[in-house]
Amino acid sequence: MKRFAWVAVLAGLLLAWEAWVDLRSVPDYLLPSPSGIASALWDERSTLLSQAAVTAREMLFGFALAVILGLGAAILLQRLPWLRSAVYPLLVASQSIPVVAIAPLLVIYLGFGLSPKALIVALVCFFPITANALDGFASAPAELRSTMRTLNASPRAIFWRVELPWASPRVFTGARIAASYAAVAALFAEYAGGSGGLADSMHDQLDTQLVGASILLLALLALALFGLVTLLERVMIPWAREG
Amino acid sequence: MIATMAGAPISIEHVGHGYGPLPVLHDLSLEIAAGSRLAVVGPSGCGKSTLLHLIAGLEQPRAGAISVGGGDLPERRLAGCALMPQDDLLLPWRSALDNAALPLMNAGVGRGQAREAALPLFRRFGLEGFEQEQPRHLSGGMRQRVAFLRTLLAGKGVLLLDEPFASLDALTREELGGWLAETLDQEPRTVVLVTHDVDEALRTCERVAVLSPRPGRLLLDAPSSHLSHEDVMEALRS
Repeated sequence: MKRFAWVAVLAGLLLAWEAWVDLRSVPDYLLPSPSGIASALWDERSTLLSQAAVTAREMLFGFALAVILGLGAAILLQRLPWLRSAVYPLLVASQSIPVVAIAPLLVIYLGFGLSPKALIVALVCFFPITANALDGFASAPAELRSTMRTLNASPRAIFWRVELPWASPRVFTGARIAASYAAVAALFAEYAGGSGGLADSMHDQLDTQLVGASILLLALLALALFGLVTLLERVMIPWAREG
Repeated sequence: MIATMAGAPISIEHVGHGYGPLPVLHDLSLEIAAGSRLAVVGPSGCGKSTLLHLIAGLEQPRAGAISVGGGDLPERRLAGCALMPQDDLLLPWRSALDNAALPLMNAGVGRGQAREAALPLFRRFGLEGFEQEQPRHLSGGMRQRVAFLRTLLAGKGVLLLDEPFASLDALTREELGGWLAETLDQEPRTVVLVTHDVDEALRTCERVAVLSPRPGRLLLDAPSSHLSHEDVMEALRS
């Protein structure tokens, strides 16, 4: 029963929301009712689904790029301490740059296709993967490293055979955090340069029912990506879950 | 018998060590002949594990000198010693066989060849049928056997065993203690065994050294055949 408690909570919230809008006669432009959003979702299903497919593609490509960049950067920074000293503080500082502000520049540099949008998603998402991977590398027990040194392991072997696998649960934690950012990042990217994605249905902010339907789909996409990462984690590192 | 370099002698001369202002070992001298076995007994915190790290070249002593097989440089000592820590520290993502074969792979042997070399030893070590199991599916005693097998397969002349069975229950510890003594009888290695268990020390090793509370000094160094449980306990209490 506990597994499905969220269904009851969600149903309760939706009922309360619907009742509030109905009983207080809240106008649509202030707060759409759940039934109004459902109705917009059904009426515009064809457009919304094709837009969701575009956004999903941007999320997936951007997220995959974030994993490659994030993990690649972490491996380089771990293996090259001088590079870590030189670059990591800059990387941390770079996270304060609002991607919304630089998104239009990327569109100018790279055009209106998939590339700038995937890059924007990757820029938003890569850092949690890098930071978690670096923490994960450092979390391998000192006694294990010492023991491995006496078992013929070079520093390189210790990294690939011990530190990297040891860090993999943390890498997946970073990837899950990144997955939860990817949907909003894709939306930023679409606002910066039209794409046919879900942002197109959010331009008319007075059509709150359509905006609500788009947000719902965006949330479902974020959940799906989060679920995909969790599934991959279970398949790729079952030992982390079981033991 | 596992292919290895023959046991190497260890020389510890007036070694002192500490961490920050805390002295851990004081003026410790021991000579351990090639192929012999020494048990080091002492209260918690007296520097027993530190001594193993120093012998292995993982740390450098603040005072004195240590040599393994005549070499006193840390790299030479590291090349001659294999350490088995108290916790098995098996890699949870590798099977028992792949864990045991790891030192061979680290030395550049291909995975298939390394696994082939480790496989016959699983039978000898009572681990037959568990080769493909992940460590989390093995009992504590079996995990320690795999960890010991991994240590042997490093092919080093000196085995440094740091309370290898301390985390096990009393019955399993006793059983594995007997097994360890038998196994070591068949292996021409120099062994330094750190233990809290006086009986294990007397049963497994030819010599027993007793260290004082921190900073560890040598209180007793004598052949096991000349010592009783009470002699060692008395030295520990002194």
